[in-house]
Amino acid sequence: MRSGSHLEEVLRGGRFAVTAELNPPDSADPESVYERARMIAPVCDAINATDASGAHVHMSSVGVCALLTRAGFDPVMQVSCRDRNRIAIQGDLLGAAAMGVRNVLCLTGDGVQAGDQPQAKPVFDLDSMTLLRTASILRDKGEFLSGRKLEVPPRLFLGAAENPFAPPYDFRPHRLKKKVDAGADFIQTQYCYDVARLREFMAKVRELGVDQKVFILVGVGPLRTAKAAEWMRANVPGVSIPDEIIDRMKRGGKGEGKRLCVEIIQQIREIQGVAGVHIMAYRQEELVPEIVEEAGLLVRDAMKVHP
Amino acid sequence: MLRFLQNSPHALELVYAGTSKMLVPFRRVMKRGSRMERLFIHLEKWTKGATFDCRMCGQCVLHSTGMTCPMTCPKELRNGPCGGVRANGYCEVLPDRPCVWSQAWERSRKMPLYGQEILHVLAPVDRRLKDTSAWVNHLHPELLKPPAGWES
Repeated sequence: MRSGSHLEEVLRGGRFAVTAELNPPDSADPESVYERARMIAPVCDAINATDASGAHVHMSSVGVCALLTRAGFDPVMQVSCRDRNRIAIQGDLLGAAAMGVRNVLCLTGDGVQAGDQPQAKPVFDLDSMTLLRTASILRDKGEFLSGRKLEVPPRLFLGAAENPFAPPYDFRPHRLKKKVDAGADFIQTQYCYDVARLREFMAKVRELGVDQKVFILVGVGPLRTAKAAEWMRANVPGVSIPDEIIDRMKRGGKGEGKRLCVEIIQQIREIQGVAGVHIMAYRQEELVPEIVEEAGLLVRDAMKVHP
Repeated sequence: MLRFLQNSPHALELVYAGTSKMLVPFRRVMKRGSRMERLFIHLEKWTKGATFDCRMCGQCVLHSTGMTCPMTCPKELRNGPCGGVRANGYCEVLPDRPCVWSQAWERSRKMPLYGQEILHVLAPVDRRLKDTSAWVNHLHPELLKPPAGWES
């Protein structure tokens, strides 16, 4: 056990894991975090706190995570390289670990142009790969990047992202392997709406033997309407939605997005090497419990935090 | 002509390998802060600028990145593409430009000498080396040492 987090325990125990994304509030009230957390926590193994995703400011991921650990939830703190340099990030990793955060997802981050403050300076001092390696150096060597010793190293379960649905498709499995070499213990992917593409990707990942070294959680999420799906496809970086899915959303009635999500989860579950799903229900958190239940994934042991 | 050169990574890697060998005897005169360095800064701006749209990071890794400059990626990624690459292979940030890493990957597949280098994790950029000569730094490996804690 590298971190002792609930998520790590579940994955190492071999149970199909469920994580869900919490959309941080535009609020300074802790209750707005707890309200959302209470909705998804009973059905998932860890809660992802996003770090200004889509380059939109919300409550910081370190703040959200600190609130979540106080209440006994197991958060996955997302860290992006867009807004902070290596000095700030290493400090945040220590601070978060001191607050009880045990899972960290290392991301490059969307460009500032995707957000509502495109005038901002994009930092990108590290990239997701060097961030992962930096975090694993803190944990495993007990040192900062400079080589300076830590008194007590952080215990972290390190995550990384992959997008099997974006080109260059044949590089993606190799890039996943690079992330494992850089220190990734688990992977959370971008939204999967193209199961055939995922199967191809996973076949290559198995061929490289990478599925034996890392836990892969595939991203899923309910589409709201056909229109919303088209908007997402055009405007959210990295989201790929095939035409068949949009057509099905047009034909289907109310609840089609949720039904589709459940079906995709069931198909993903059959793929060898997939260790879990990561549900991103943007502004539809209330659907998460139904999705988990209908997909037959209700978790039995509640999340607990390890101080 | 330029496009042809950029799409001939196997020729460019030979130029790299050749220059790399050819410069070794000049190690002593090619020092940081020397007149030779100033000359090389101009030469590099001119040649690599024209060929690769070089940003003068001073720590050239072209042979590890399909002879495609990773510093032209808006996120300056040196270890592979981000997750935002568009379905047509174009950039998330600059939609009218092909993704630097899509090109880097394609080109690396045509490089018999250094094509596998793209699979290795590169250290974070040393921001102090900006606008220095990558060739001079290349001849003095102590100038390119990653941070002490970094392990490859």
